[in-house]
Amino acid sequence: MRTKQAFMAGVAILAAATMTSAVPGGGTVSGKVTYEGTPAKQKPIDMSKEPSCAKQYAAPPPTETVVTGPNNALENVVVYISAGAPDEPPPSQAAVLAQKGCRYLPHVLAFQVNQELKITNEDQTSHNIHPLAKINREWNKSQPPGTPPISDKYDKMEFIPVKCNVHPWMHGTFAVMKNSHYSISGADGGFTLPDLPPGKYTVTAFHESYGDQTQEVSIAGSETKSVNFVFKAKPY
Amino acid sequence: MEEASDQQAHVHPPPEGFLRKYVFSLDHKVIGKQYYALGLLAVCIGMALSWLMRFHLVWPTTRIPGLELFSKAGAPGGIITPEYYLSLLTMHGTLMVFFVLTNAPFAAFGNYFLPIQIGAEDMAFPRFNMMSFWTTLVAFLVLILAFIIPDGPPISGWTSYAPLSAVGKDAGPGMGWGMNLWGISIAIFCIGSLLGALNFIATTLDLRAKGMTLMRMPICTWAWFITSCIALLAFAVLLPACILLLLDRTAGTSFFIPSGLVVSDRLQPHSGGSPLLWQHLFWFFGHPEVYIAILPSMGIVSHILINSMRKPLLSARVIIYSMMSIGFLSWMVWGHHMFVSGMNPFSSLLFSFPTLTITIPATIMTLIWLGSLYGANIRINAASLFALGFISMFVSGGVSGFFLAQPSIDIVLHATYFVVGHFHMVMGVASLFGVFAGTYFWFGKMTGRMMNQTLGQLHFWLTFIGTYCIFMPFHYLGLVGNVRRYSSFVDDFMGPLMPLHKFITIAALGTGAAQLIFIFNLIYSRYNGVPAPENPWNGTTLEWSIPSPPPWNNFGGKHPIIYHDPYQYDVKGLKGDYIMQDSPEPSAG
Amino acid sequence: MGKLFAIVLVIIALASAYPIVTHMYVMPEDISTHGHQIDEQLSDTMAEAGISFLLAQFVLAISVWKFAERKDGGKLKNFPGGAKIMVATAFILVGAEVLALGGFGQRAWANVYFTPPRPDALQIQAQAGQFAFYFRYPGADGKFGAIYPDKIDEGNQNYFGLDPANDIESRDDIVSAELVLPVNREIHLLMHAKDVGHSFYVRELRIQQDFVPGLDLSVHFTATKIGRYEIVCTQLCGLGHYNMKAYLNVMAQDDFEKWMKQKASEL
Repeated sequence: MRTKQAFMAGVAILAAATMTSAVPGGGTVSGKVTYEGTPAKQKPIDMSKEPSCAKQYAAPPPTETVVTGPNNALENVVVYISAGAPDEPPPSQAAVLAQKGCRYLPHVLAFQVNQELKITNEDQTSHNIHPLAKINREWNKSQPPGTPPISDKYDKMEFIPVKCNVHPWMHGTFAVMKNSHYSISGADGGFTLPDLPPGKYTVTAFHESYGDQTQEVSIAGSETKSVNFVFKAKPY
Repeated sequence: MEEASDQQAHVHPPPEGFLRKYVFSLDHKVIGKQYYALGLLAVCIGMALSWLMRFHLVWPTTRIPGLELFSKAGAPGGIITPEYYLSLLTMHGTLMVFFVLTNAPFAAFGNYFLPIQIGAEDMAFPRFNMMSFWTTLVAFLVLILAFIIPDGPPISGWTSYAPLSAVGKDAGPGMGWGMNLWGISIAIFCIGSLLGALNFIATTLDLRAKGMTLMRMPICTWAWFITSCIALLAFAVLLPACILLLLDRTAGTSFFIPSGLVVSDRLQPHSGGSPLLWQHLFWFFGHPEVYIAILPSMGIVSHILINSMRKPLLSARVIIYSMMSIGFLSWMVWGHHMFVSGMNPFSSLLFSFPTLTITIPATIMTLIWLGSLYGANIRINAASLFALGFISMFVSGGVSGFFLAQPSIDIVLHATYFVVGHFHMVMGVASLFGVFAGTYFWFGKMTGRMMNQTLGQLHFWLTFIGTYCIFMPFHYLGLVGNVRRYSSFVDDFMGPLMPLHKFITIAALGTGAAQLIFIFNLIYSRYNGVPAPENPWNGTTLEWSIPSPPPWNNFGGKHPIIYHDPYQYDVKGLKGDYIMQDSPEPSAG
Repeated sequence: MGKLFAIVLVIIALASAYPIVTHMYVMPEDISTHGHQIDEQLSDTMAEAGISFLLAQFVLAISVWKFAERKDGGKLKNFPGGAKIMVATAFILVGAEVLALGGFGQRAWANVYFTPPRPDALQIQAQAGQFAFYFRYPGADGKFGAIYPDKIDEGNQNYFGLDPANDIESRDDIVSAELVLPVNREIHLLMHAKDVGHSFYVRELRIQQDFVPGLDLSVHFTATKIGRYEIVCTQLCGLGHYNMKAYLNVMAQDDFEKWMKQKASEL
């Protein structure tokens, strides 16, 4: 579902050719992601087929495909600059995905193209991680308990659903980003994209169940621009 | 019936040059040895795979140093992943059933000895024969290639049930090119076996020497002949089945895949197929295949026993008719692999009757072997020990079949270790004992040097006791409901069974190590063994009437004439208590 | 050496029989109404097979002991009756066993497969898919919603591919990872395969039946004892086959109804 909202039009400066990394003290885009309507119930996951994981929870945890907060906050939305900022080389530290309690932590992991992705297995059972990439290379790997972390990377931008071949309820998302301008909405639905040099940007918000939306925004100096997204929730 | 002398024009000229003598040989004896070498290589690989599997089952978190060099994805940090375990299992079964148990007792010994035992200079179609070996070798290499490709070997078991084997790489690791290689390899293997079977049949029917009536053929010759009839029909079904499977995988057909399947989050673009069709095709081949695996060993063991006992069996004819009945009945029982498969339960009942009935000829043979021992004077050596051990193993493996033949009992024993114990005892042990017996018996003839008896007997004791220690406990595990083809045991009820599993693993590793004695004996004796006389065992059949090793044309240009039944023992003859088949001396009566 | 063979063989035969005779490895307790016939069949077969096994191994051992490497220069002789008596024995003994086991055995089989489920049996659908079992109860309307494979969304726990947005009958369907049953009530388990072949095996229930993609198979049974039992997959289905299981939870009728109400409230 795409909804375009009209905002002040700024002067577009084409800065695509220049390699400028994030500018400390630059502008910020921040805001909140919320939903309207009734989201589907997040049912508790019965992990009884995997007792070593089931016993880690006092009560069965719910699915995380739609995580909401107070005041209709929508969590786990990846908000990023999809146009107007150049690609950046990846940071040196790895992005870490943990398989713990038969869930992916974090549920949505955002990292950069060619950044090292490290996957650990902290459970007593073997997992088989299967990122269902369509643009990047699709692979799946088994990771028995006690084996070293899996290390890999992606070379193209993509939102990749991740599942475990052994535990059907285990699902997550990789957000492979072209640069460092991304933020995942928290429990209050809030996100922030700091250190933006002056320019015209397209901001995209992606939710694994509700799709993506874009808005245009211009940054002149060290100002903070507010951008909000509202997604339509589905009862089923 | 044409005389053998009329066939002379068909036989190849004497071999010249290294390639013609030892590589692309038309000589059935060289081809027999080539098959034996291939079988030996396959059994070593297959056995190593089983060690890895057994090790992983009882010590799953212990690093196997160096294994990650063989497969980075399959054994990260030296620990076997679930899919790698299944690919080891698949390759173990495939190598053992096809490249060991069809090759060694049938293609290897049959090729070597069938023409000699009927008095022929070579097989009817020496070129076909050469092609059959090289085709089989190509099939082997294609299969081994699956270990080397990045995605690894397939994980669907040697039985490759559809749709797991048919939908392609969505089904799991190794199910892309690994599975394709499996299908191609087995299809090529079928062609090689068909060529071999044709050759055996034509040779047996057309090239027997003068006086060699069908009933004067040695029992092992009969076994190879019956086996080749079965093989001709069985492999003729497996070959198209593999082709259909490959078509489903690569050409978008749907022989075995129905509509609406969602594998790994992908809706499969097929419709109209039947997974049960694969099972019917496969087992229609697969059940006769296990008789292809055991019949030659039955023949070899009978042959060796008679010679060792110094008296004929109570009735060779009854043994031969029993083998024929087993061959005939083997076509009617395939559904017993499918009792709970979802086929019509009335069919299951129908299949159980011939399955139970096949016990009758098997029992007849066992009783004849046992009854013939009465009043004998059994020479004990490595060959006869393995032959006697065969009887014990065949009984042990056979009685567990009695349980599995009944559909109601199969409900609780299907797909458990009980089945695994059953088929390992009859195929993995009994059939292999026939190969061991034949090796110790015929090595002298084939190479000109005798195998070392002390090492051979030591090999027997360790293997006899060791294989009982490995495979008898499998039945106990099955009776408790221990499911097979599991890469790890995580179910609640498995905990108390782990000590027994550890016992089995240690027995398996130990028995495996004992086989090194056999391999050492083969190599050592080849160069340092006592030179073999023409007839070291005082045998009566034609292989003992020619030098060790035989000349390229077996009988040196002569045409043997047969005067006697194959097992004239306990009679006064030129050389003691026996008369050779081609001896013009009159028999005792 | 011959005598050593005989001794070793007797030890092996006795050692093999020992765990059987002392019941060291037996199926767990039967909690089904039909299982006792299977258990009796198994027990009868074990007796016959056990006796045949021991007899044959002992005869082999004794024969080798007596007739191997005889130094006495004894004359060779034949078993009285020769081959004829062996053939006759085989036909009579085995023939009788075949008829007995085959004939009587079909009753146990018929009980499971040739008797239809009672019309008031509780219908539950089981789905097997790589690598878990899920179970579906029809809910208050007593009807199962249709399955749409393209709507399967496991991340959202829509394991069966139901379409509650458009298909009203599926809205009250209860999906559970455990097979929860009332005790002493006949269950008609409808079996659906999502992707490849699987199998349903519960040792205590004495039930094993393959799931075949494309075929509507079912089994029916009655559980007679409250408790928690393991359902395991016995048809090789991929890398997670070893870990494909679910729990069978047999409850008293009241507890079952409470559980159903609880699950309905989570919808």
